[in-house]
Amino acid sequence: MKLTQISVFLENRKGRLYDVCSLLGKTGINIRALTIAETESFGVLRIVVDKSDLAIQTLRKNNFVANLTDVVAIEVGDKPGGLAEILRVFADNDVNVEYMYGFVEKFSDNALLVFRFEDTDRAAKILADKGVKVVTRREIEGL
Amino acid sequence: MIWKKEIECMQPAELKKLQSDYLKKLIPYIYNNCPVYKKKIDDAGVKPDGIRSIDDIKRLPFTTKIDMRDNYPYGLFSNKGKDVVEIHISSGTTGNPTLVGYTRYDVSLWSEVMARSICCAGGEPGDTIQIAYGYGLFTGGLGFHYGALELGMRIIPTSAGQTARQLKIMQDFKPKVIACTPSYVLYMAEEAKAMGIDPAKGNWKIGIFGAEPWSESMRKEIEQVWNMSATDVYGLSEIIGPGVAQECTHKDGLHIYSDVFYPEIIDPKTDQEVEAGEAGELVITTLTKQAVPLIRYRTRDIVSIAFDKCKCGRTSPRISKIKGRTDDMIIVRGINVFPSQIEHVLLGIKGTQPHYQIIVDRKAHQLDEVEVLVEVEEKIFSDEVKKLNELSQKIKKEIEAALSIGVKVTLVEPKTIQRSEGKAKRIIDKRIM
Ligand SMILES: [Zn+2]
Repeated sequence: MKLTQISVFLENRKGRLYDVCSLLGKTGINIRALTIAETESFGVLRIVVDKSDLAIQTLRKNNFVANLTDVVAIEVGDKPGGLAEILRVFADNDVNVEYMYGFVEKFSDNALLVFRFEDTDRAAKILADKGVKVVTRREIEGL
Repeated sequence: MIWKKEIECMQPAELKKLQSDYLKKLIPYIYNNCPVYKKKIDDAGVKPDGIRSIDDIKRLPFTTKIDMRDNYPYGLFSNKGKDVVEIHISSGTTGNPTLVGYTRYDVSLWSEVMARSICCAGGEPGDTIQIAYGYGLFTGGLGFHYGALELGMRIIPTSAGQTARQLKIMQDFKPKVIACTPSYVLYMAEEAKAMGIDPAKGNWKIGIFGAEPWSESMRKEIEQVWNMSATDVYGLSEIIGPGVAQECTHKDGLHIYSDVFYPEIIDPKTDQEVEAGEAGELVITTLTKQAVPLIRYRTRDIVSIAFDKCKCGRTSPRISKIKGRTDDMIIVRGINVFPSQIEHVLLGIKGTQPHYQIIVDRKAHQLDEVEVLVEVEEKIFSDEVKKLNELSQKIKKEIEAALSIGVKVTLVEPKTIQRSEGKAKRIIDKRIM
């Protein structure tokens, strides 16, 4: 089960992150997960939201460069070694993770992590085969 | 077909003799008929009868756009009497417009160089030509008209605009040659598609495009969408209009009619001739014109020139496509930098748009630093920082190869580069000189 992540190009200028968050807030969009990858001169904001179609339309209309990427959100037991269990599945099956980050909110008693894989379809299939619980789009929208 | 073979394929030594003969007659003619030039020549300390060969041209003073403006309307005319049969006036964005005049001889010269140009592009007598340059005070329409008439073509003088009618005429009369601005021909292709017409299905063979700078990628686009050979024509109304230089079918530079428009390439900062093959400002002397002959006119266009014989058989030298304008050249660490070089690099990288800005800065006791801001477009944006870094590295390497100086490339958000009157400000020079 894949989710849609929105990536936004941000210059390292004061207030740009605020601009994005307030724009989405005003439009009634909730940010479920968020991370920023930074370099010396620019950053890439990656977010998972409840209404991704509306979010990307809004961003583009306001002159942000944004695109959509498939990611997978996985429930990880909130206990020692919870993450290691999942990573072990990837290592055993040669699944490459480009990057990962956590959800803002908790989901049931488990932590939620967003994974961006090199090959999302293959990773999703392996996760399904191994019976790892992934979060569905419906669940994200209704969080 | 070569229209004036005896001239266009002339041996260099013979050509030089012809140019020298013309210049020897030209300078006393101007000196005796144009008080403004008489003063300029006197001020340069040159005696008209001291001009004996074309090499002496270097001793003569330059003529600039400012001279044209300050001496409006008739100050630079060597003949302003009844012999002047046509005048063209170009609108100046500031101050006086530019006025050019033609005697009957000047019009016949214009007809001839334009006939040479259309032939050079591949046109022949009997071909149908659609002239979609503006007719009127702008020299584009009438220049092509005179040339096509001289050549013996069938002319459809549509002038510019009324695109739907242009397209109907194309379908009904199937012209082989079209002449207009490169942006207009691309616009017409869009309109054609919107009307359900496939532009590639015409009878087009040749397009002759000019009056504005255009890139190799635009050429590819035009050739593909119209299924024609797109060639570049160069000219400026001060010299004659279109018909100063033209690409042949080999598209390896524009043949300049140096028997009548003598070219020099100079360094715009030092006014000295550049090394052979180097880029510099094109300076033209009109060797035979009567109404407004110009001595060493500074075109402000940056080109390089090649003198070897072309594959087409012509020996007339070839100027490059315009590489830039002297107005926007900057010198960084002794190297001339033109915004168009950076534009060219960006057009060559898939997905990037030529939306950029150059910032030159010099910190105290340090070398000049060049930063190039490039707007990030959706097509090249990636959620992976690694890919964005690779892209900016690629842009950096290619710009450095083109400019021969180190630059810093910074990716910026779209529409953040300052635009004034719809045009982006390309250079910000923060150096304290
Ligand atoms: Zn040639």
